[in-house]
Amino acid sequence: MEIFLQQLINGVTLGSIYGLIAIGYTMVFGIIGMVNFAHGDVFMLSAFIALLLLLLLTQMLGLAAAPAFVVALVAAMALTALWNFAIERVAYRRLRGSFRLAPLISAIGMSTFLANFVTVTQGPNNKSIPPMWDEVIKITSGGAYDVTLSYKQILIVVVTGALLAAFWFVVQKTSLGRAQRACEQDAKMAALLGVDVNRTVALTFVIGAALAAVAGSLYLLQYGVVKSSDGFVPGVKAFTAAVLGGIGSLPGAVLGGLLIGLIETLWGQYFSSDYKDVAAFSVLAITLIFMPSGLMGRPDVEKV
Amino acid sequence: MTRWLQDPILRVDHLTMRFGGLLAVNNVSFAAGRGDITALIGPNGAGKTTLFNCLTGFYKPTSGRIAFSAGRLDDAKIGTLTRSARKHDGETFLLERMADHEIVRKARLARTFQNIRLFQGMSALENLMIAQNEALSRAAGFSFIGLLGLPSWRRAEQAAVERAVGWLDRIGLRKRADDPAGSLPYGDQRRLEIARAMCTNPALLCLDEPAAGLNAAESHGLAELLRGIRDEGETSILLIEHDMSVVMRISDHVVVLDYGQKIADGSPAEVREDPAVIAAYLGVEEHDEPAVEAALQGQALGSGA
Amino acid sequence: MPAEKMLRALREAGWATLVVAGLSFPIIAYRAEPDFNNLLALQPRWPLFLQFCAAAFLLRFFLSLWSGGEAKVKPARVWPKLPWLGPLLLAGLTVYPLAVVALLGPQAALKWIDTYGVQILIYVLLGWGLNITVGLAGLLDLGYAAFYAVGAYAYALLAPLTGLGFWALLPVCGLLAAFWGFCIGFPILRLRGDYLAIVTLAFAEIVRIVLINWDVVTHGEAGLFGFPGLNFFGLPFIPGPRGFAAHFGLPFQGVQKQIFLYYLVLVLALLANLVSLRLRRLPLGRAWEALREDEIACRALGLDTRNIKLTAFALGAFFAGIAGCLFALRQGFVSPSAFTFSESALILAIVVLGGGGSQLGVAVAAVFLVGASELLRELTFLKSVFGPDFDPAQYRMLLVGLAMVAMMNFRPRGLVSTRAPTVRLSNPSSGPSDHLLPQGEKGVAS
Ligand SMILES: Nc1ncnc2c1ncn2[C@@H]1O[C@H](COP(=O)(O)OP(=O)(O)OP(=O)(O)O)[C@@H](O)[C@H]1O
Ligand SMILES: [Mg+2]
Repeated sequence: MEIFLQQLINGVTLGSIYGLIAIGYTMVFGIIGMVNFAHGDVFMLSAFIALLLLLLLTQMLGLAAAPAFVVALVAAMALTALWNFAIERVAYRRLRGSFRLAPLISAIGMSTFLANFVTVTQGPNNKSIPPMWDEVIKITSGGAYDVTLSYKQILIVVVTGALLAAFWFVVQKTSLGRAQRACEQDAKMAALLGVDVNRTVALTFVIGAALAAVAGSLYLLQYGVVKSSDGFVPGVKAFTAAVLGGIGSLPGAVLGGLLIGLIETLWGQYFSSDYKDVAAFSVLAITLIFMPSGLMGRPDVEKV
Repeated sequence: MTRWLQDPILRVDHLTMRFGGLLAVNNVSFAAGRGDITALIGPNGAGKTTLFNCLTGFYKPTSGRIAFSAGRLDDAKIGTLTRSARKHDGETFLLERMADHEIVRKARLARTFQNIRLFQGMSALENLMIAQNEALSRAAGFSFIGLLGLPSWRRAEQAAVERAVGWLDRIGLRKRADDPAGSLPYGDQRRLEIARAMCTNPALLCLDEPAAGLNAAESHGLAELLRGIRDEGETSILLIEHDMSVVMRISDHVVVLDYGQKIADGSPAEVREDPAVIAAYLGVEEHDEPAVEAALQGQALGSGA
Repeated sequence: MPAEKMLRALREAGWATLVVAGLSFPIIAYRAEPDFNNLLALQPRWPLFLQFCAAAFLLRFFLSLWSGGEAKVKPARVWPKLPWLGPLLLAGLTVYPLAVVALLGPQAALKWIDTYGVQILIYVLLGWGLNITVGLAGLLDLGYAAFYAVGAYAYALLAPLTGLGFWALLPVCGLLAAFWGFCIGFPILRLRGDYLAIVTLAFAEIVRIVLINWDVVTHGEAGLFGFPGLNFFGLPFIPGPRGFAAHFGLPFQGVQKQIFLYYLVLVLALLANLVSLRLRRLPLGRAWEALREDEIACRALGLDTRNIKLTAFALGAFFAGIAGCLFALRQGFVSPSAFTFSESALILAIVVLGGGGSQLGVAVAAVFLVGASELLRELTFLKSVFGPDFDPAQYRMLLVGLAMVAMMNFRPRGLVSTRAPTVRLSNPSSGPSDHLLPQGEKGVAS
């Protein structure tokens, strides 16, 4: 029972991170109908940027860990947003209206580039930072096993919730959200009506990257280690979360993220940790085959 | 009793297609006569294309029955089939139960699309060859005989090419046989799509706005082509069309839809006088002026292609 | 006027430099490496950072200066007819191993035949196989390495188990992979294109994880080795009296096995090429291309799209299975690390860069992508320039990624625009020959 509770907490933490990445997938898919395969690598890149900034602030400027982390987080959001802005400009913008697989192939190329770019510039090995901010709250004690909840975990869940609420507000209430929804329905028509489609799409990529950077920084905080091949598997899992939640839906992405996080940790605990990735990949295949519109998405009707 | 009821090739009974809250086709029944050109008309959004999609298996209708036979459509047989769980008895087909490719191959129904769907990058000749793919692939022994290049395969391929060339001659595109279909002028693409549908050897040819975007001379040529196809007696035609001059000139029977419902059904002369039809069309006059309509269609397709 | 242009170019270059500076900081400006306490420490690399910024400035500056003029319309490139190219290539490929042995001696030739000959030919075979699925049928398969793995493991497991030689096992490997292709393809082929791609990726990862963890059968990460290798129609390539060399009265040389493997792979690759070229002109191949162009129109013409997709998927997998078997023969061991997603991505890049439709393009891309990085490895002086841990393989994938992006951006219809009709009315000799040749480029209106 204690173990189950602990895994539940761990699963929700992990799931929040997946959810933050998944929002990036789901928004881009919603607006230009493209699977942004490179998004997982953008997440990995952001974790590296946060890591370097953290080291820079603590070692060179001598900041304390907590303020350094906050500054690194914000700066990483900005720099990752710039990256994704450039990526969209270089790799995807021309491809709108090209044949349907072109953006995906380009994104696969971009993903390969990013993973190897980081390998080349930072080396292929694990980079780990000393654990920081390790205080925990004991939820149960005295039993066979103490169930703990760390402040980091609380932070991760709270940040995820707050960001989801904020972006939900943006999409529902602001002119950016209206423009996004207009482009989603019919980009050509939206352009005719004066929506700046390029700007809207670019902003979507920027927001997606900023959220990925939050996820990357929190991932670094929670697990303390990152390497250049870390974009692929979390990326696919976050995409799974987006699909499971219903691609195109913001709350769906977070819900899917939580589910994938829980499935993964519980599967790892009770079945086999060697096969824990199989669980996520199977969920992906099964969802796409049997319910491609996910839990909260709209069905995709093929118009003839 | 009118001709199309005596010897129908297609009978649609109480067909309904619902998209969420929208009844795109609402309890429509009609028959199309063998050897006739039957026109399906109605204002924009009336549900004509949706009805075609139900006929050709692209949509599963919400309810209703679509009976079809290239031979003779017999009420008793339809009844027996309907009560059984089968899709067809080899002669009579219940289209609402069949998959799209079966409908083309077994029931012999062919269609074109409102927004032309040619294989743009492939040559005109190849487009017509693909329409004969089923027979050809049998002749190629599912590729094994073809891979060896045996004479029986070569003969079959030659015959298919000749048939395709016959159609290219007929639509005046022989010279451009090897050019990509996407590079042909718009009117030629429309005719090529019809020729391609004809190469599947259909008993009923369903055309979705074939005259859209054509100029007067081209529309006239198209009307002649369709009349020619009908007069050969092998193929009946079901035609969606907004261009009333074409409809009135060539059709034997007109069915009118409005808001998913059938509002009139009869000979062209009867339908033209029908008050309900006049009301339906007058109500949307500014949209349905054929010239405007054609221009709009052409524009939409031109920019969308 | 030129001053204005100059100013504009300067302004644009300034912006580009700022962006590149933002992108390169901190990922290029610093490198985190563990120090002797095993704590990460930053190593500044500001010169490199400045080089990047300077490069961005100059590049953007001169691009702006030059691109000011009106866009020039480039005439469609017409490939010259080169009827002698096919036979010439064939002759070159045939004498290659013998020539290398004659020039370098049997010892030094080994590497050239194995790494540059056999390895590249296996990739060519893989490229041609995937080209059927992706280039012709337009089904994006991101899990191609899984079928490759099935072929390799099938040989490594079945050879010791059944005692069959590779002649018998070669088709078995192909068929097993095709069977897997069939089973995986069956449920997913009705999905839309990008979902299909992702599901193939998921399946391939599952296969790889199973290979890693199913120790009893696959020996996990360590992989399988010690299975029977190549023999010449029953004669093993061993020094003893029963070996190939003794039987033909030749002195034993290790390179003999490599030469035989080279010819084996060459013959199989040419066979695959022949089958691809012929299939393209048969109803099946034409249906694949039609499917790539417009699936809905295919359905309206009575094509059973599911079966057509299945055959493309399974045939592509078949080629991968054959290639996997050859891989096992070449390496002498198989392990899961050879069948990662980056392997799938590399093969996909070969097809994409090869321009999809054209067989020769795929072969050239394979030679370039695989051969170039091996060549870079040879150039030891690069290590002294870039440091001791310089690994050209990393740069290869980096460049592969960029090349895929560039290809999609500058030849977006590259996958379909270079095609010659599969059947023509006018005199075929007036058009480009498709016999191993690049296909004539016609300006297809899109
Ligand atoms: N797949 C679909 N999902 C939802 N609604 C649909 C779908 N297909 C058609 N509709 C709706 O059904 C109605 C009828 O459309 P349909 O295309 O059949 O009209 P139509 O008579 O062909 O019009 P037009 O003359 O403009 O071609 C329209 O309101 C349309 O929006
Ligand atoms: Mg319509």
